[in-house]
Amino acid sequence: MKRTQSRALPYLLLAPSLVFLTAIFLLPLVQTIALSFSESGVASLGNYRRMVSDLNFGLALRNTFLLVLVVVPIQLALALGMSVMIEKIGRGRDLVLWVWTIPLGVSDLAAGLVWLAILQDRGYLNSALYGLGLIEGPTAWLTYETPGTLFLGVVLAEIWRATAIVLVILVAGLQLIPKEYREAAEVFGARPWTIFRRITLPLLKPSIQTALILRTVLAFEVFAVVYAIGGTNFPVLVGEAYTWQNANQNTGVAAAYAMLIVVISLAATAIYLRVLRVPAEQQP
Amino acid sequence: MAEITIDGIAKSFGATRALEQIDLTVADGEFVALLGPSGCGKTTLLRIIAGLESATSGRIVIGGRDLTEVPTRRRGLAMVFQNYAVFPHMNVYENVAFGLRMQGADEARIKARVGKATELLHITPYLDRYPAKLSGGQRQRVAVARALAVEPPVLLMDEPLSNLDALLRLEMRAELKAVLREARTTTIYVTHDQTEAMGLADRIAVMHGGRIEQIDRPTAVYERPATTFVGGFVGSPPMNFLPVTIANSRLELPGASLPAPQASGALLMGIRAEDLTPVADGEGLPFDIAVVEPLGAHDLVTGRSGQTLLRVAAPAGSGHKPGTRIGLKPDPKRLVWMDPASGRAIQAQ
Amino acid sequence: MSGLKRTVFWTGVAALCAWVLVPIWLIGLGAFGGRTGVFRWPKSLWPGDASLAALQTFLAVEGVWPAMVNSIIAALTCMALSIGLGAPAGYALARFSFRGQNTYRLLILLTRAFPLAILALPLTVAFIRIGLYDTAFGVGLVHTALALPFAALVSASLFQAIPRELEEAAWVFGCSRWQAFRKVVLPLALPGIAAAAIFAFVISWNEVFAASVLSVKNRTLTAYLLTVLAESPLHFRFAGGFLLILPSLAFIFAVRKYLFAMWGIANR
Repeated sequence: MKRTQSRALPYLLLAPSLVFLTAIFLLPLVQTIALSFSESGVASLGNYRRMVSDLNFGLALRNTFLLVLVVVPIQLALALGMSVMIEKIGRGRDLVLWVWTIPLGVSDLAAGLVWLAILQDRGYLNSALYGLGLIEGPTAWLTYETPGTLFLGVVLAEIWRATAIVLVILVAGLQLIPKEYREAAEVFGARPWTIFRRITLPLLKPSIQTALILRTVLAFEVFAVVYAIGGTNFPVLVGEAYTWQNANQNTGVAAAYAMLIVVISLAATAIYLRVLRVPAEQQP
Repeated sequence: MAEITIDGIAKSFGATRALEQIDLTVADGEFVALLGPSGCGKTTLLRIIAGLESATSGRIVIGGRDLTEVPTRRRGLAMVFQNYAVFPHMNVYENVAFGLRMQGADEARIKARVGKATELLHITPYLDRYPAKLSGGQRQRVAVARALAVEPPVLLMDEPLSNLDALLRLEMRAELKAVLREARTTTIYVTHDQTEAMGLADRIAVMHGGRIEQIDRPTAVYERPATTFVGGFVGSPPMNFLPVTIANSRLELPGASLPAPQASGALLMGIRAEDLTPVADGEGLPFDIAVVEPLGAHDLVTGRSGQTLLRVAAPAGSGHKPGTRIGLKPDPKRLVWMDPASGRAIQAQ
Repeated sequence: MSGLKRTVFWTGVAALCAWVLVPIWLIGLGAFGGRTGVFRWPKSLWPGDASLAALQTFLAVEGVWPAMVNSIIAALTCMALSIGLGAPAGYALARFSFRGQNTYRLLILLTRAFPLAILALPLTVAFIRIGLYDTAFGVGLVHTALALPFAALVSASLFQAIPRELEEAAWVFGCSRWQAFRKVVLPLALPGIAAAAIFAFVISWNEVFAASVLSVKNRTLTAYLLTVLAESPLHFRFAGGFLLILPSLAFIFAVRKYLFAMWGIANR
């Protein structure tokens, strides 16, 4: 009696979360697939055809990829630099860490609005540029006529908002690396840069992998930041899904967009898992 | 190979003083053990020598070169860490080659040196393996090989055997001694295990509360401890210390009269467990037996003489019974006398 | 570090702090500056005409208060559910070895590779059918899917960090499994679990897409702001953005000690 009870216990403890994830994650996933492949109840590729032939599709795809390709590497480099700096700060470390991780709690919508306040026509950037005598009056940077600066604005907002999560994962990862490894390298004559490249970086690989997967998947979901800064001037994939769902009331095409994002996310994850793999024998 | 001079090294962490004015000279090719309980400052001293920590004051001179301000990587040392710090993402060959690569040695030289070091430590069959696939003892060998491969003037070891199980530790201890004798490297070895220090070192520096209490050959430290702390810390069981009163420069006991280093007054008499011989009650020191532990090689007998706890190593199977009273005869040649106030040894006149 | 190096280092640290803090300060100015502030040219970095009036005007706008209440309901739902469902799962992962354990772990990790919020799209139909559509509770349910995997992994490692012997000692002294959990394990794990709960709250409070898709009238603050964004004046947007950030600052401050422990362990 006692024995069977304790054997069933782990399953009883897991069951609620499993049921929940089935209902809110697995079922919707299956439904999304089904929805995307059917038009008024009939199996078809129509939704995908409409998605691809839509005027904004190519633009949204290009913009999203461009954003991910620019933002994610910068965030990784920046977060690596910051986490190494954190290691060197003695007193005041906690305060600096708190400040640097504040954006972790900031919504993407709010981040977009923050940078709108800075970059708008009569915003702080233009005031500063005016003060320096670089512009003559309020200047628009965020319209569809200025795609370059609009893109730059979105990049800034994304880097501002989402570097913190990479930083947290890397700092946590660094804390797991015993300091003796670096000390040993130092005793045997390695310079700081050599230690970083040959010891710290390889040992940090699992954390880098986690951070990149998380960050890239989220970066492909970019939407509210873009919408807050540029409205519909800068189409991205999730924004298109939102428009098809809400404005056009066409869940089928929205589901096709969702599937596209799922496939891209899974592919990115698979690539990271492969490229940044740490063979079992090389794990500490 | 080089001589190490530690000149007035002190270290404070905020208000707490970890090291007070340490002076120590280690001769070229000598093996010195820093022995002491945890928190005595021995690891801090080692890390200061390595440059991993900076001293509050004092100088470190190795081979005539003042290294106090020289960063760790330019000190040309080698070190074996307590948890080995064998890099998990490099195989054995790359680990052992690491120091040589940092020196910019060419591939042929690296190969020769790694071959020599790994052969010395019997790890040649594992060159391609990663540390995760090695046992604790093997990892230990890799750490030592990595240190010896650079043929360093000075080798620092921080409790290198403490993570091994008892049997392996004994084996590695003997092997380490043979390997280091062959390498003839000046070595500073930190340990809290007095048998390790006794077995390996040419000289032992016993540390306590941030000071060196005594530095001498192992047998001298064992037989003639400079302080009660050293007598209590080195040797198992610890040295017995019995408060006695001296009159006419002698300690008079029933059936024995022992010469004392001062004319009169109170002293501590220090004597090892094996230097007390059980005799019949009424002779020597009266001793009330409390516990008898047969340890195989001898019986460890614990009891009291007056108020003082004493431990005696009696011959195995001597048949002492708890609750009985016997006498103890100290070996007059093996006595040490301590000042009860300062706990320091008094030199016989 | 030499003097020059030290100066460069601390300048870098200060610059990065400014990079985070100055934009928040600026949107704060925008929020308190009101209509006149927005049109001032050129702008000053110091609050000249800032007043609480601007924020009061924002809060008085129809729909803002209910949206905030909805956000809080959704976030509390998400917090309660993700801990209520995730912590038991974490305990099972930490304390038992059973068939299917790795499969479950994999499922949890797999959720990371999916854009979860976007998968809320088909839920609209199901939610309409069972009456959850356009409710804050329904939004909270979807947000739980985002926070639950995290809560399960974090609590698993929290429980793992508590020596099994402590629990076994409690059993030896006559505690039932539940009593031992409640009296020994839970008090030790509680701070970490509280941090995970706060994190779940923040995840929900900040989420935009699912919240916007799953509601029409009963919108959360993020969904509300998103829908009125295009037709609302700038100072209104800044006030909204600032109000969104405010609780997050406090929450990150509250969990700062656990942030790295949580992520360090949620990594493996």
